[in-house]
Amino acid sequence: MVYAMLLIFSHFSFPPVGGEMNSFSSIEKDSLFIPVYTYDELKPLLSKDNDTTYVVNFWATWCTPCVQELPYFVELNMAYKNQAFKLILVSLDFKKDYIRKLQPFVVERSLESHVVVLEDNDSNYWIGDIDKTWSGSIPATMVFKGTKRAFYERTFHGPEELKEIVKPYLNL
Amino acid sequence: MKNVFGKMILAFFAVAMMSAVSPVDDGYKVGEQAADFSLKNVDGTMVSLKDYKGVNGYIVVFTCNTCPYALMYEDRIIALHNKYAPMGYPVVAINPNDPSVKPGDDFASMQARSKEKSYPFKYLFDDGQKVFPAFGATRTPHVYLLDANRYVRYIGAIDDNAQNPAEVTVNYLENAIAALKSGNNPDPSETKAIGCTIKVKS
Repeated sequence: MVYAMLLIFSHFSFPPVGGEMNSFSSIEKDSLFIPVYTYDELKPLLSKDNDTTYVVNFWATWCTPCVQELPYFVELNMAYKNQAFKLILVSLDFKKDYIRKLQPFVVERSLESHVVVLEDNDSNYWIGDIDKTWSGSIPATMVFKGTKRAFYERTFHGPEELKEIVKPYLNL
Repeated sequence: MKNVFGKMILAFFAVAMMSAVSPVDDGYKVGEQAADFSLKNVDGTMVSLKDYKGVNGYIVVFTCNTCPYALMYEDRIIALHNKYAPMGYPVVAINPNDPSVKPGDDFASMQARSKEKSYPFKYLFDDGQKVFPAFGATRTPHVYLLDANRYVRYIGAIDDNAQNPAEVTVNYLENAIAALKSGNNPDPSETKAIGCTIKVKS
C-alpha cells in the first residue's frame, strides 16, 4: 500500500510533458501504477530458468469466476511465502477500466506486487503462444518451474485444489 | 475369486465413466460435420438447422446476455446477420450457460434481451447443455461457421478487436464467409480470442 502511494506520488511529482496537447487520457495513464505490457514485454515473465515456482493466473475484474477464485491464489501465496514461489496475476481488463475499476480493486485487495496488465490486440497469436491448448476463456492458470509447466483452462473452487497442483513443483 | 471379479467390474465402470466425462475441447474440428440439434428459441418454438431452407451455411455463435465480451460483440453479431442472412448465411445464436450458475442467462432474460435489441436472428437456449460440448465451444462469444451440409469450415473469433470495432484490422469471420462463397477454404480456419468461460455447475 505504502509502495503504491509512493509510486503514485512519484508520478505526480514528474508531470507529463506536452502541455495542453496531453489530453485526459494521458493524465489517466500517468496515474496508473500497474504495469501495462504488450505480449512481447510479458513473455519474459512466463518462463524463467531458476528454482522459483511461478503461478500465473489470467483474470479480469469483469470475469465473475476469476474474481471468485482470486482469494485462493492469495491464500496460496501466503502459504508459500517462505518458499521460492511467485504469484503473477495477469489482468485482461478493458482499457477503459484500468483506472476506474482495476486499480481500486488491486489497492483494496493489496495485490500491487502481483498484478500486471496484458494489453495486446493480437490475442489470436499470444493465446496459442502461451499455451497451444488454451482456447482463450478465462480464468486460466499456468504453473511452471524451470522447464516443467502445466496449463489449466478452468476455474478453481478452493485453495486445496490449487495447492494440489502447485505442491509438486515446490518439491522439485 | 468373487472379490477379483468385483474389482474388475469396478475397474470397468471406472474406465467407462472416465471416457463418458470427456473434456469439452473434444468438440468438432474444422472439416467435421456438426450434428443437427433441436433447441428452444426465444419465441418458444423449437429450432433445428434443417428448419433453415435454402441456406448456404450457418453462422453458429455461442453467446449470452452477461459476458462483457459477448456484449461488446452484440451489435456486430446483429450486423453480421443483417448483412449475411440475405446471402444465405444466417446467424444462429446459442446461449450455452447454465442459468443456475449465471442467473442473467435464464430463458426469460434471453427473451427480454432479444426483444430489447430486436435480434433479427434466432436466439436459442442450450437447455441441458448438450450442444455446446458437442461443438467444443469453451467461451462466449465462440463462432462456428458451417457450410450448407453442416461441415465446420471456420472456428473462432469474429474479428481481431473486441474492445474497439473501429480498430479492427482483420475480419476473420467475414473473410471466412467470403472464402466459402468463392469455393475456397477459410484461411485461417481457426482463431483464438479471449472470452468468458461457459458457465457449468461444478
